[in-house]
Amino acid sequence: MSTEHSHLDELEAEAIQIIRETAAAFERPVLMYSIGKDSTVLLHLAMKAFWPAKPPFPLLHIDTTWKFREMIAFRDATARRLGLDLRVHTNQEGLAQGVNPITHGSKVHTDVMKTQALRQALDKFRFDAAIGGARRDEEKSRAKERVFSFRDRHHRWDPKNQRPELWDLYNTRVNQGESIRVFPLSSWTELDVWLYIWKHGLPVVPLYLAAPRPVVERGGTLIMVDDGRLPLEPGEKPRMLKVRFRTLGCYPLSGAIESEADTLEKVIEEMLMARTSERQGRLIDHDQSGSMEEKKREGYF
Amino acid sequence: MQGPALAEGQRVEDYLGRYERNELLRFLTCGSVDDGKSTLIGRLLHDTGRIYEDHLAALERDSKVHGTTGGGLDLALAVDGLKAEREQGITIDVAWRYFATARRSFIIADCPGHEQYTRNMATGASHCQLAITLIDARKGVSVQTRRHAFIASLLGVRHVVAAVNKMDLVGWDEGRFREIEREFLDFCGRIGIPDPIVVPISALGGDNVVTRSANTPWYSGSPVLGLLESVPVERPSPDAAFRMPVQCVIRPDLDFRGFAGRIASGSVKPGDRVKVLPSGKETRVRRIARAPEDGGDASVAWAPQSVVLTFEDEVDCSRGDVVVCIGRDPAVTQRIECDMVWMQEAPLVPGQQFVLRTGTKATNCTVRRVRWLVDVNTLATAPAETLRLNEIGRVELECEERVVVDAYRDCKGTGGLILVDRLTNATAGSGMVRLPGEDGARRAHWETQALATLERPEERPSSVTPEERERRWRQRPRTILVYGPPHSGKTRTAHELERKLFDEGAAVVVLDGQALRRGLSKDLGFGDEDRSENLRRAAEIARLLNDQGYVVILAMVAPQAEARAKARELVGADRWEERALGTANRAGEGAG
Repeated sequence: MSTEHSHLDELEAEAIQIIRETAAAFERPVLMYSIGKDSTVLLHLAMKAFWPAKPPFPLLHIDTTWKFREMIAFRDATARRLGLDLRVHTNQEGLAQGVNPITHGSKVHTDVMKTQALRQALDKFRFDAAIGGARRDEEKSRAKERVFSFRDRHHRWDPKNQRPELWDLYNTRVNQGESIRVFPLSSWTELDVWLYIWKHGLPVVPLYLAAPRPVVERGGTLIMVDDGRLPLEPGEKPRMLKVRFRTLGCYPLSGAIESEADTLEKVIEEMLMARTSERQGRLIDHDQSGSMEEKKREGYF
Repeated sequence: MQGPALAEGQRVEDYLGRYERNELLRFLTCGSVDDGKSTLIGRLLHDTGRIYEDHLAALERDSKVHGTTGGGLDLALAVDGLKAEREQGITIDVAWRYFATARRSFIIADCPGHEQYTRNMATGASHCQLAITLIDARKGVSVQTRRHAFIASLLGVRHVVAAVNKMDLVGWDEGRFREIEREFLDFCGRIGIPDPIVVPISALGGDNVVTRSANTPWYSGSPVLGLLESVPVERPSPDAAFRMPVQCVIRPDLDFRGFAGRIASGSVKPGDRVKVLPSGKETRVRRIARAPEDGGDASVAWAPQSVVLTFEDEVDCSRGDVVVCIGRDPAVTQRIECDMVWMQEAPLVPGQQFVLRTGTKATNCTVRRVRWLVDVNTLATAPAETLRLNEIGRVELECEERVVVDAYRDCKGTGGLILVDRLTNATAGSGMVRLPGEDGARRAHWETQALATLERPEERPSSVTPEERERRWRQRPRTILVYGPPHSGKTRTAHELERKLFDEGAAVVVLDGQALRRGLSKDLGFGDEDRSENLRRAAEIARLLNDQGYVVILAMVAPQAEARAKARELVGADRWEERALGTANRAGEGAG
């Protein structure tokens, strides 16, 4: 009997087991849907894990109100197509205070509109497990993250006091108010994610593919002018360049790259040739070395 | 770059089609603070193109501040993730790394080597098929090296590679390498690691890491990466006993009731008769359900796939149950014996209660007693009352309900367990299930046989006397044990001796430990107990043959002096000779 089991089969089987474990062991799990390529794979695996039933948990999107418009359209279309319960949360206090990435900078904006907003949402819906698409290969501090990663009452991560995780036996026990962040894609690399999307023909936000888009160059980074909220500096004029994005976040914080890759195959080809990591285009990671660790300790995903 | 390089002119579709079929190998690296473990990983990642330019730039910045290479690029910093680790220059926690070549995809569990971090190493080892332990060429096999090899074997890691690092600092001295190699192979032989491999490297200079080094013309083996690409990856056998712990029941409507889980062992087909444990209700598998877009229902599924099964009958089955094949039953028991690695500050004390988790089952359990404690440095066992953080010992547990378990060596998915603290919910310990008879019963074999030895005079109905046989064969019957670690040349030595005695006119028989394993002892593994049992069986045959007047030569690993003494007693001290082989040479044998 042929019992072939490639690395992608292994990653898929492991992720499905993790997602099912979350659904079975927690009272109110949620899947953090951030619209990007990792979320796309995560959602597909969740659909597969419970087929022919639907995933027994809602999707949650933390909307900073600064996401690319195409992302929001893709999000709503995906939830409709799959018939899933999508919940969107925005930090209303932050919104009222006018917190934004342009005047407040990436650090304050990310803290208020993403980290605090996430904590609000988890408290509001009393979710006890949040499934996310983070991968260990993304960043140094993520390399030490557990698959089932404990958070205290204040949603804080204590990297030095993590539960040992052996075999595929996950410790899912928490007390009232505590929670677990679950990372089914822990062992996937960026290439694995693209490979899976390519193999299964999964739809992705068109921003991943190169197209002519209006951009301005700031500090060596290409920023897309996605709507009228991006203040242009004196003399600055958006140019149409053929660009794409390696990662998607808030548009003023996501650096585009010039590219001719307008198909998935070409994107993958460019990635294979790339000399820099995918998070390099993310301005929020560059405050200082170790900043992801700091953000994660505060409750960032 | 994420995976193997895209070749010039290669189509992306072809590349992905190839990469998709890459096998996955998970391995762990263990070593002490200064053994150069992080440097080795940094080197593997760097030389396979896995470190990006922006990461490299960050690394160069960090090297100037925290580096230990005088401002030069310190590859070790590429893998020390947490702030505290970079500042202190140590690794606190298991870190996971990823790289791929055109042949395989790799996941590295990077485990710290401090004494207090046994739990991290056990954690890493539980996920891995191969372990690399770093040895400083100047220091040789250390207490830590032994501990690493022991924990790897305890957790069932199949392949162990010792990388003798800093060879440049001993002037690439072959003699020094061979000395370390011999000591390491000897130790592995004692703890039953089947095919250990030793490689001379310099992680700092990249010698024998990715490419073969010009500094070691005397080393004919592969560099580390070549070994990682070529050691066989054990896939769970489809012929193994089928086991599937049920994770959840999928019920979209009244017409469909599916049981979801990940196959822990064996394979399953529609029509197979199965049993739900612990209830014991039997039924047949109707479907292995899959969505039409995934190709529809499967005709067969195997470990470690995640599947949904439906059954022919409406049997009661839910999370925590295990679906198994008919005929090869696991244990269904409330009392569990296991080798426990203790992982929290508060010690394990008899009488304590924990939540036991195995497969998908969680139940309360009470610690009955600690049978013994293992000194991971000397492998000696000693009686103990408790287990403290990072200690390993044999423990008996009593569960509130019946649980379904296999021996850990047969199935990790149903033979591994964790204990969870009922107040803090911390993972307090992890255990490897040992079933009755796995080792204890074999030890008892020696004892009953020792009694039989006493009764020997009465059981000799033959009228042919030993004296007549001695006159006929013109020889005094005796047993010569040739023993030593794997690859020490036992088989060859035994047969050379056989030739010599035969030419002198002797009636002589060779019993080779490895040959015994093909038949008489094929139920045995390579642990101490099993090696001891293999020697006992060989000694029993030798005794019978000696009684018939033959000279017997045994070629065995026989690592334990205690077992050799018992064999000697069994055969008779006046008929027993021993020849020890210590020097490892790769003569192409060594499973006895």
